[in-house]
Parts: sequence; C-alpha cells; structure tokens
Amino acid sequence: MGRKLLLEHANVPEIHTYQVYRAKGGYSAVEKALKMTPDEVMEEVKKSGLRGRGGAGFPTGMKWSFLDRKSEKPRYLVCNADESEPGTFKDRYVMEKIPHLLIEGLICSSFALGSNTTFIYIRGEYKWIVGILEKAIAEAKNAGFLGKNILGSGFNLEIYVNNGAGAYICGEETALLESLEGKRGNPRMKPPFPAISGLYGSPTVVNNVETLAAVVPILNLGGDEYAKIGIGKSTGTKLISACGNIKKPGVYEIDLGLPVYEFLNSDEYCGGIRDGHRLKAVIPGGSSVPILPADLFYKNIKGEERNMSYESLSDGGFVSGSMLGSGGFIAMDETVCIVRNTWTFARFYHHESCGQCSPCREGTGWMEKVLHRLEFGHGHMHDIDLLVDVAKKIEGNTICPLGDAAAWPVAAAIRHFREEFEYHVTHADKVKNSRLAHLDDYKKELVLL
Amino acid sequence: MEIPVTDIKFSDEKLAKVKEIMGRYPEGRSKSALLPVLHIAQKQFGNWLSVPVMDYVASLFQIKPIEVYEVATFYSMYNMKPVGKCFIEFCQTGPCMCSGVEDIMEYTEQKLGIKMGETTRDERFTIKGVECLGACGYAPMAQIGEYYYENLTKEKIDKIIDLFGKDDFNPDHKYDI
Repeated sequence: MGRKLLLEHANVPEIHTYQVYRAKGGYSAVEKALKMTPDEVMEEVKKSGLRGRGGAGFPTGMKWSFLDRKSEKPRYLVCNADESEPGTFKDRYVMEKIPHLLIEGLICSSFALGSNTTFIYIRGEYKWIVGILEKAIAEAKNAGFLGKNILGSGFNLEIYVNNGAGAYICGEETALLESLEGKRGNPRMKPPFPAISGLYGSPTVVNNVETLAAVVPILNLGGDEYAKIGIGKSTGTKLISACGNIKKPGVYEIDLGLPVYEFLNSDEYCGGIRDGHRLKAVIPGGSSVPILPADLFYKNIKGEERNMSYESLSDGGFVSGSMLGSGGFIAMDETVCIVRNTWTFARFYHHESCGQCSPCREGTGWMEKVLHRLEFGHGHMHDIDLLVDVAKKIEGNTICPLGDAAAWPVAAAIRHFREEFEYHVTHADKVKNSRLAHLDDYKKELVLL
Repeated sequence: MEIPVTDIKFSDEKLAKVKEIMGRYPEGRSKSALLPVLHIAQKQFGNWLSVPVMDYVASLFQIKPIEVYEVATFYSMYNMKPVGKCFIEFCQTGPCMCSGVEDIMEYTEQKLGIKMGETTRDERFTIKGVECLGACGYAPMAQIGEYYYENLTKEKIDKIIDLFGKDDFNPDHKYDI
C-alpha cells in the first residue's frame, strides 16, 4: 500500500464535517503553525521541496519568497480551484471529500504569507462544491480557526469562495486575478508578477488546491521528513486523476517516483487497460502535455524505465518525453483514434482561447479546422505539415501559456503518430463518419496480404 | 420566457445576499462580486441573461451596462439566449470522447428529436456539447442544473428524459439516476 498524506482519511464516513475531521487529527497543523513565526512556516515549505501541483511544478517555497513583504498594501493568498485541464479532476476530489484539509492548508499558508483575506476561486461548473466549502468555512470559524485572533495568536483571517463561470483560461493565475476582480479573464502581461502586483495591485500568491492542501502534511511531518518522500527534486506525494480506457478510473495518491508500469497496471491504482485491449498511448499530465506512445511511456529513449516524477516523465524533452503536469493521466487503448482525439483537444483550446493574442486566437481555430478536415475525410497530405507549422507559430508567441498548451498536443500527436494522420488522407472514405481508430486494421491487412 | 422589465428585481432576501457578497471585497472593489451575482441573476430570471437583466445588475453595481455585457459574454456559463428548464450539457472533450460520449449525445438527439444547441418545442429540454467539465474519470457525463450526472448510459438517458421532462423537475435537486 502506498503512503497517504492527503487522502488518508478520505473514505472515513462524515470526514467532510468539522467534528470527524478534527477527531482524526485535523487542524493540528494550524495549532503548530500559529506557535511558529510566519518565516518559520515558510522555511518548512521550502525545505519540503514542494512543487506547484497545478501543472507548472514551480517550487512553492520559492514562489512564496517572491512575495513583496515591504509593500504597505495588504497581501493576498488566492487558491486556484479553477481545475479545467482535460484529464484533471483531483482538486474536485479533495474539495468534495475532505474540504477541511484545504481550509486547514489555507489557514497555515495565509499565516505564512500574511494574508488576512484569502479567496478560493473555484470553476463555475463545480456549483455544489461551493456549498460544501462554505459549510466547512463556517464550521472552522465556529471552532475558532477562522475570524479574529485565531487561537489567541493575534492573526485574523477570513476565507471566501468566489465562483467562476466557465473559462479554462481563468486557471492561468493572472487571468484568474482579472476574473476575481469581476472582469473578463484576459491574462496580464508579466512582469509585474502577482507577487509584486496581483489582486487589486497588491502582492499576491496564487496556488493550486493540492499545493495548499500539501502544506498540512508538510507542517505535521516537518519539511525535512516530507522531502524524504519521493525521488530527487520530485518530493512528497502527488494526486493523480486517472481516466481513459483503464479498469479503475479515479483519483490516486502516489509517492512521486512510483514506476509508471506499476501505476498503470497494479490493482492498487489503475488496474491496467480494460480487458481484451492493449495500451496505445498515454497523456500523463493533462491534455496540454505531449502524448506518448506506449513504448515511450514505459521507457525513455535510452531504454530506462520511467517513473511518475517531474524529471522522469520529461526525460527526452519534447522529442521523446512529456510532463507530469497537473497529474491528469489519460490512458488510451488501440480503439482510440489519435486524430479524432487531437481534434477534440484543438476544439477545446479554440473554445477556451481568450482572444487577446492573435497567434492563439487565430491559430487554435485554424488547427481545429484542419484537424476536422483530416478526421472527416477531406484532408490533404500537406495539411499535416501545415498543422506542425501553425503549432510552431503559436508556441512562445503569446502572453500566457494557453498558446503553448494548444500547440504541444498537436505537435506531439503528429510527431509520434504521423502515419495515422497520413492514413486519414490516403483512406479518407474509410475514416469518414467512423469514430474508431483504423490504422490497426490497415496494418492487419498488410500482414494478411 | 420573457420577463417584464418591471419585474426584474431581486427579492429582499436575494438582495441581502447580493449585498453580503459585495461586502466581502475591499472598499471600492465590489465589482469582484460580479460573476457570483450574475449567477444569482441568471437563476432568478429564467436561466438566461437578457439585456434588461444585465442592465439591472449594472445598476446594482453602479457600473456601466457595457461592463456587465463584456463579462457576461466572455464566460460560457452565462446563457445569452433562453434555454429549456432541463439544460443538459454533455462534456465532449478527449477523455469523454474516448469513453463514448458521442454515442450518448447522438442517442439523446434522436430521442428528443433535436440537435445539440437546440431546445425542444415545449421548452423542457435544451441539449448542448460543452468542453471539459473536470469529471474525466466518470465519463461519459453531463451537467444538468446544479449537479453532474456521471457514467451515463443510454438507459440513464431514458430515465433522465422521463424524469426531468415532468412538471415537478427541480434543477437544484440531485436526482438518483
């Protein structure tokens, strides 16, 4: 059995209530933190080696240290609960099952950062979770863990939940801040970074739900102990939301460094690919990261087995590697058509582009159209290189990373599955109006001939 | 459903809630409450945001109507035209596609006799394909009202259409399907 730091009590009945959470040792991290100085709390987070769990993997302690503490303006902590990356549904699990874990993490982190008003920005579609969180906040306040002079420490904190309204782009931290100010979610130019000028122009830290929840076990164990879990610079545990054609989709907590083979095939986690089918490809970290064919997923180009960590999954760069990203793990079997799958992602990014930068606004729509054409049997051979060209021209030419996120999956799909794209051109009649993958049939025909 | 302009006014209870939300933000920053308040307005005034409704919201915030329009049109959850009482939004992005949502969507279209994006003539159902709803492990799925309905099958769609087409259907209630 793997270690559980975040989800240890996730299946305890009524764990969403204050009483049960408290009885299971909840809020001990707050009691510990408020006896320390804010700098000492930050030091523990730094020592833990915790990296942002939203996708970018930036060291959390370092991000916190950038916060402008000399400013006379109030400081803000904003929790990014705008989980919308296709394949990712882990934050929802935490908020729905153990909302107090997030609240506890928020209190500790707010204390370290000196935020007296902390916002949870949650995606609009998670409507029922707003109620769950607000109830948990009210319970915590009632128990004296929120409000004025918490546990006699002199520290004041209010937490509010603010719901979005259906925009993937608001997961980007500056777009989130714009949205939180009641505006369109257009990302801001950086610098200045939010740590200097964020919400209402004040110094602000924006962290993912899982990142902030992880502060609880870090304080309970101590940063050094937490850092012993994992592998290399990938410390601690990580939530992976697994979906696609696997036997047991769901949210799993793993020690970083778990071999990918074990994660996909052991009964403790995904349980393997559904019966009678075999693995074709994996997107290990949410739709934005490059897709990997089965062989490159299990082993890197040097033939070494991969493990679930930031470093191992990105080994080989974008030529033969991918990224751990948000932990949105999508496994696909041989029935999945890569062209169709890539088209749905391109449509997603086109729909979600805020329209501010022309390479992204125009490029995502262009890629969607070309992929639609290929998938529906009207494509040309030169369309494949056209897609690569468009993707290249979006990448790196936009204010925020949505452009890159749209370009990478298209480029990677062509890099690893080019013959499937070509097959869509040479066998247009066959692929038209069919949703399944076809290349395997074609290969079988070749063998039979 | 068209609501007379004179009737576009929050109840005292709703207005108190709106004021409470606006008060969460620092002095002069009450516009931060715009997204949550638009959700409340949409729910109260027929599940969509007509121009008079947006104008009313603007008056509450004491901002120009354009500031509300530009926000309302940016976010996909605000309906810019009327929708049926039961609004079924199918997630159609990659993982749901891999799990067969397209068959489920097609089945629903045939069953209701409308295409995605359309509303039935009796205004009971609107169906739409939307982008990732963050329930990839429980695909295929759809959002109906406040809740998610997951691991959909054709049998479940039959049940939903049967149950949610009735007069007493309440989109705020989580039904056991």
